[in-house]
Amino acid sequence: MLKKVTHLLRCKISRSSPLVAGAIVMLSGVMSCAAANQQQTSTAPSSPIRQLDRVKQRGQLICGTSGKVPGFSFVDPQGQYSGLDVDICRAVAVAVLNDSNKVEFRQLGATQRFTSIQTGSIDVISQMVTVTISRQAAVGVAFGPIVLYDGQGIMVKQRSGITDLASLSGKSICVQTGSTTELNLADQFRKRNIPYQPVVFESRDATFTAYEQGRCDAVTTDRSGLVAQRSKLANPTEHVIFADVLSKEPLAPGVKGGDHQWHSILTWTVNALIQAEEYGITSQNVDQIAASSQDPDVRRFLGVEGNIGDGLGLSHDFARRVIKQVGNYAEIYDRNLGADSPLQIERGPNQLWTKGGLLYSPPFR
Amino acid sequence: MSLDPPPLCRSPRWTQKLFDTPLNSLLSVVFLMAIVPGITAVLIWATTQAQWSVLAANVKLFLVGRYPVEWLWRLRIAVALLALVGGMAWGSVQRPQQPWQPLRNRSFLIGVAVAVGIAVMPMVLVAKLSLMLPILLVLLGDGLGRNLPLLRWLPLLGVVSGASLLWLIRGGLGLQQVATANWGGLLLTLFTAAVSLVLSFPLGVLLAFGRQSSLPVLRLTSTIYIEVLRGLPLIGVLFMALVMLPLLLPPDWTRPDPLIAATLGLAMTAAAYLAEVVRGGLQAIPRGQLEAARALGLHPVLTIALVLLPQALRLVLPALAGEAITLFKTTTLLSVFGFMELLGISSSVLANPDFIGRHAEVYLFIGAIYWAFCYLISRVSQSLENRLLDSR
Repeated sequence: MLKKVTHLLRCKISRSSPLVAGAIVMLSGVMSCAAANQQQTSTAPSSPIRQLDRVKQRGQLICGTSGKVPGFSFVDPQGQYSGLDVDICRAVAVAVLNDSNKVEFRQLGATQRFTSIQTGSIDVISQMVTVTISRQAAVGVAFGPIVLYDGQGIMVKQRSGITDLASLSGKSICVQTGSTTELNLADQFRKRNIPYQPVVFESRDATFTAYEQGRCDAVTTDRSGLVAQRSKLANPTEHVIFADVLSKEPLAPGVKGGDHQWHSILTWTVNALIQAEEYGITSQNVDQIAASSQDPDVRRFLGVEGNIGDGLGLSHDFARRVIKQVGNYAEIYDRNLGADSPLQIERGPNQLWTKGGLLYSPPFR
Repeated sequence: MSLDPPPLCRSPRWTQKLFDTPLNSLLSVVFLMAIVPGITAVLIWATTQAQWSVLAANVKLFLVGRYPVEWLWRLRIAVALLALVGGMAWGSVQRPQQPWQPLRNRSFLIGVAVAVGIAVMPMVLVAKLSLMLPILLVLLGDGLGRNLPLLRWLPLLGVVSGASLLWLIRGGLGLQQVATANWGGLLLTLFTAAVSLVLSFPLGVLLAFGRQSSLPVLRLTSTIYIEVLRGLPLIGVLFMALVMLPLLLPPDWTRPDPLIAATLGLAMTAAAYLAEVVRGGLQAIPRGQLEAARALGLHPVLTIALVLLPQALRLVLPALAGEAITLFKTTTLLSVFGFMELLGISSSVLANPDFIGRHAEVYLFIGAIYWAFCYLISRVSQSLENRLLDSR
């Protein structure tokens, strides 16, 4: 039987040229591609399943995160994800599923993070993404509120005598390749017409090791990263970080564009963290305040009266549950980046607007 | 006239080798002067400056990643099974010894020495036991393999134990499932390397025969496959499988599990390389072998299975081991795509604010792990070679 078929095949094919066979293979490939595309266009509008329902049905939030940035996202010795980016995901999980552990974290490489959100294989991306116009417009990420205002900074050794950007003229600067960091550095120095010598490395570790060993006069990355790495140098006090900021790096979580309700859930969950700090509500005192407060704003915010969560498809006390389980913004910041962490990064612009910072939550009403 | 056997030459002592002529002495001194400071610097660093606590604190992450603690016992059983079956396989391909003399057996003695070494090391009892048990099981399996006629049952044993390993690690069928996103560390490295090797092998052999086939379609397809996949950089193949494929599939299709996509990508690329290695072996077989098989009226499939393939594989065994080692180390590329295999989990550990700057210790450690497994592959292949040379 088999012999017959192969014989038949041989006869058929040997008469036509191998080129024809190749063409058939390619043609069928193209056709199946076209069919797939057609399917894509025809099914896209007719899928009104909301992301919220999908997450509730799954019983788990899938959150994309880097897993490789100190203070923002890493794996602790117990195997738990930890960091500021991670806590944002946990807050969303509490708002939707009422359990900060119902999150599956997916580590994403820089190339995958946007395609993962486009294809819907993750629900939320919380991965130190800088908000930019092209990411919002072309990639189609709908960003939530900014959770950290960072900026690119420069660190030098104190005894080098370098005090500002101008005195870096002709000096060498260690920088990580392939990042916006490298581009910002070039832009800023070109703008100021300062000549410099970039020394480029593949990883953050290599960049800072080279700086420590004196291969370059200065090192540049986001200020939060500079502070974190400085705390691990042999003598942290011997290094100074310039007040000059080379770029704006507003970091925000995001969701796939097009699902208004899901974007609102992310937005108002993050806003609730900031608003809670403004009200002075923490994970410790949230129950007590809910029971005793007479302030109508606070009572509405905590869901004691009114129905603020209903419009989002959440319960009216979602803010209270989030604060109870994850804490307010100050608690999250302090344990991951600030006073209670090994990094000891000042709040800087990440203070409430009432204290001269940039954090400002629209009203909950 | 009788021929005298050549005089047995004793290999000279190492001092004689290094310092036998003035030039050699000079070279030895120069190289020693270059090597010794390097080694002492590393030793001084390792004993005074390095902070090895990063390894002790994260040892579970390095071994199994975020695998749930409550299911670790499944992995312990899996390791024990692997050790026993591995020992049996090793033992049954060794030269049969009559009678079995464990005390004359070098690998047995090394195993016992390592087990004793672990027993006296200052460690938690559980850690000691979980390290010693697999070694003892390897030795037990080795003994069984040498004394029982297991060789012909090895394929069946391999399939059964492979399936049970997968079941223990992944769950299902009565066990709680563990999502592949939680697999990590050495577990994930070994899993992807082993599975892609097992998948790529039959595909590679088929492609090798396909490329030599007299059927033009088969030959053309095999050639195109091999040349395309060998020509693409592996990171490009992985990029297609992990980033582009989810974009191109129709939106209502379920996306393949990233681990499956990545393993298939690795296997498909490895198959293209294996195919060329196997083809080299096939072409080295004298044409008379094939003609003799035909003359005897042996069925073509049996000709391949009994005459061509065994000889071809025996010829290219060292190259196959090389491919296996390459594949094992290539799995580090997965860390670029967010997999937490050994290299990926290392960067997650290094991002812990408590362990920033400990990269030298961590990378040295995982480097040692990679070396140990590659050396194991190389030893196994050498032992197989010896055995196959004997049986010829």
